[in-house]
Amino acid sequence: MANPLTAETLGGGFDDAPVQSARAFRAALDAMARPGRIHVIAGARPPAPLSVAAGTLLLTLADGTTPVHLAGDIDCDALRGWITFHTAAPLVPAEAAVFAVGRWADLTPARRFAIGTPEYPDRAATLIVEMPVLQAEGPVLTGPGIRDRARLTLPDPEAFRANHALFPLGFDTFLTCGNRVAGLPRSTRVEDF
Amino acid sequence: MYVAVKGGERAIENAHALLAEDRRGDTGVAELSVAQIREQLRLAVNRVMAEGSLFDPDLAALAIKQARGDLIEAVFLIRAYRTTLPRFGSSRPVDTGTMACSRRISATFKDAPGGQVLGPTFDYTHRLLDFRLAAEGQALPRPATADPVAGPVPHITSFLNREGLIETDRPGDDLPPDLTREPMELPAPRALRLQAITRGDEGFILSLAYSTQRGYGRTHAFVGELRIGTVAVEMDIPELGFAVEIGEVELTECETVNQFTGSKTEPPQFTRGYGLVFGQTERKAIAMSLVDRALRWKELGEDDTGAPAQDEEFVLMHADNVQATGFLEHIKLPHYVDFQAETELVRKLRAEGAARRQEAAE
Amino acid sequence: MTEQAYNFAYLDEQTKRMIRRAILKGVAVPGCQVPFASREMPMPYGWGTGGVQVTAACLTPEDRLKVIDQGADDTTNAVSIRSFFRRTAGIAVTEATAEATLIQTRHRIPEHPLTEDQILVYQVPIPEPLRFLEPREPETRKMHSLEEYGLMHVKLYEDIARHGAIATSYDYPVKVEGRYVMDPSPIPKFDNPKLSGCPALQLFGAGREQRIYALPPYTSVVSLDFDDHPFEPGKADHDCDLCGAGDSYLDEVIIDDAGSRMFVCSDTDFCRGRRAAGHVGRLGTPAGAAA
Repeated sequence: MANPLTAETLGGGFDDAPVQSARAFRAALDAMARPGRIHVIAGARPPAPLSVAAGTLLLTLADGTTPVHLAGDIDCDALRGWITFHTAAPLVPAEAAVFAVGRWADLTPARRFAIGTPEYPDRAATLIVEMPVLQAEGPVLTGPGIRDRARLTLPDPEAFRANHALFPLGFDTFLTCGNRVAGLPRSTRVEDF
Repeated sequence: MYVAVKGGERAIENAHALLAEDRRGDTGVAELSVAQIREQLRLAVNRVMAEGSLFDPDLAALAIKQARGDLIEAVFLIRAYRTTLPRFGSSRPVDTGTMACSRRISATFKDAPGGQVLGPTFDYTHRLLDFRLAAEGQALPRPATADPVAGPVPHITSFLNREGLIETDRPGDDLPPDLTREPMELPAPRALRLQAITRGDEGFILSLAYSTQRGYGRTHAFVGELRIGTVAVEMDIPELGFAVEIGEVELTECETVNQFTGSKTEPPQFTRGYGLVFGQTERKAIAMSLVDRALRWKELGEDDTGAPAQDEEFVLMHADNVQATGFLEHIKLPHYVDFQAETELVRKLRAEGAARRQEAAE
Repeated sequence: MTEQAYNFAYLDEQTKRMIRRAILKGVAVPGCQVPFASREMPMPYGWGTGGVQVTAACLTPEDRLKVIDQGADDTTNAVSIRSFFRRTAGIAVTEATAEATLIQTRHRIPEHPLTEDQILVYQVPIPEPLRFLEPREPETRKMHSLEEYGLMHVKLYEDIARHGAIATSYDYPVKVEGRYVMDPSPIPKFDNPKLSGCPALQLFGAGREQRIYALPPYTSVVSLDFDDHPFEPGKADHDCDLCGAGDSYLDEVIIDDAGSRMFVCSDTDFCRGRRAAGHVGRLGTPAGAAA
């Protein structure tokens, strides 16, 4: 299926990629390094229904060497064309993904995603979960990057608990909503209460 | 009064100015042009292209000039430049069977279709200093008569192959890994090993190859064929649907034929070592093919004799002279913080040892 | 050629993406060495190419960069790296630890406590803590995967048997979050306690060895030891002769042909700050006085 080269496909990228991607990466890095903190991340203007935050993460991190999985309503013509044009990332099923984008319900079951190997734990997928709301409230998080404890809206605490149980294997997650992002690496413990 | 040593930008700038002055040398002597280096120091240019992994004689000549003839420094300049270049795509594998050979010899056959071509070689020169070269403005050398042998020229090993006397090299389907774009992962497939060796330091590869000849991982190699010449480089253009020739490169290819009595898994037959290097670089190509063959012990079911040339990790992790020279020379950077920590430790251990001896004596 | 011929912070965008992905995975698995396709840089391997690549991948135009080598801002390689980034990224630079947003270091952690708004990037020569016990990479990788660190404990114990103490004074191995044994780069063991619970993000780059690893803020980092031989951070048993500090790491400087010595802070910014605040050591002169 050919993607028509529409203005929507061609537009919405970074105007100044070196600088915008540098700022976006710092937001993503701080999010992943401090689970529970919510950061503003912007620069991309992707077609609906992808959020600015998720689109910016993809432009910052994905390229021709990183297969991307689009889940649910994200997997539409407009976004397939936009992501292919701007990143050249191959679009793949969940099992082969380096990055996977979608709403949580569309990404489950999450055990389909790569969790790395004992020798190479880094060869694990990064999920970009589109959230209806993203706030510093909800389940309690502890672990590296968190001084005492943090709270964050999570779609399914039990799934992230199971993922943490695989440590040092497991996938890593960005939660996105509008132009905001939070990180939830596999190292984070989701407390029981 | 003690004042901390100020390294400072001025000291660095001064060092650079002195370097530029030394590079130029006596200004009463005409400056060397890049074209002169390219044309008259061609073997140095070839080595820099081979170890720099970039086929560009002009840039290699410039690097040699800038590096004041330090070839490892020139290789480093080329590598640092190369890594900034955008990648437009990958070429098709070159076909050395179509090489226009300026030199082609076989040690295993007196003659072969396509003929033996001696070409421009030091081999039978008497190593007597030619003082006529010290005189400037001498007459041009008498033109040589031989033209390159136009391709295609069949590979000598293909004649052995007809009888099944030599192992068959099958083209692999896998896309070879790219040493310059992916971190080295061990164990390495042969394609990755060959990449590492072809850009490896000539001296290191030469010594390893020599060690196999002296019994450290002996492989009984004959030069089945050594050929030097130019081949076309082609690239698939997706928009056109066919391959387009984008230029040509000079290559040296060496195929060794190695005596092999068979192993638990393989029948008695000749085996191969392979070398392919940019430019006329035959010492490197021969050495490469010996090291390649020595590294294939596992695949051929041979014994690991513990020889350095059989040790893949040892060979691959130490062949790169840009890595090696950087790490070697970094020990001249300040290490006084660590040295201070060691000094304190030695003082402490000596004091404790002295106290123990004192106690024992009392 | 002008600086404009190169991309912001020198590296091309594809290379930065590759490094950024490796950094994120390093952050997600603290202390785990993540392979990355290190590029040839315009400075030699062994001179900070790993740190430079990590810094280049992290810098934004808003950053204020500090570069130290041996704790000092004015050592030649620190000067050279700082000027490289000033030219290729056009960013502001500083020597004041407290003003920096990103600090690249070789062999020291600054004395001034780091904050949540800072990133500390270490230059790492040999990232594998087990390398000098087992030279083969596939073997050490397997040891990390199985959490098999007996070899390291045997080595430290042999030290104690022979010398009565652990004979490692720098590059002292640590365990991260109870899981990975990690090489903290050749910092003196005096600095090891600062690794743990640090509010700043700590990133480690080894260019020649093609590895990146990380300590997220507030990560637990424990220096390896034994119950009967606990870890001891060590330093020269002196105060700084210029600023009088008794709690900073000291360089020993020979000041005359007779071999007289003085001890001065290795962290030049820390020492300058103390002297400006009026502290005076044994051989120092009060701030404001003519030298």
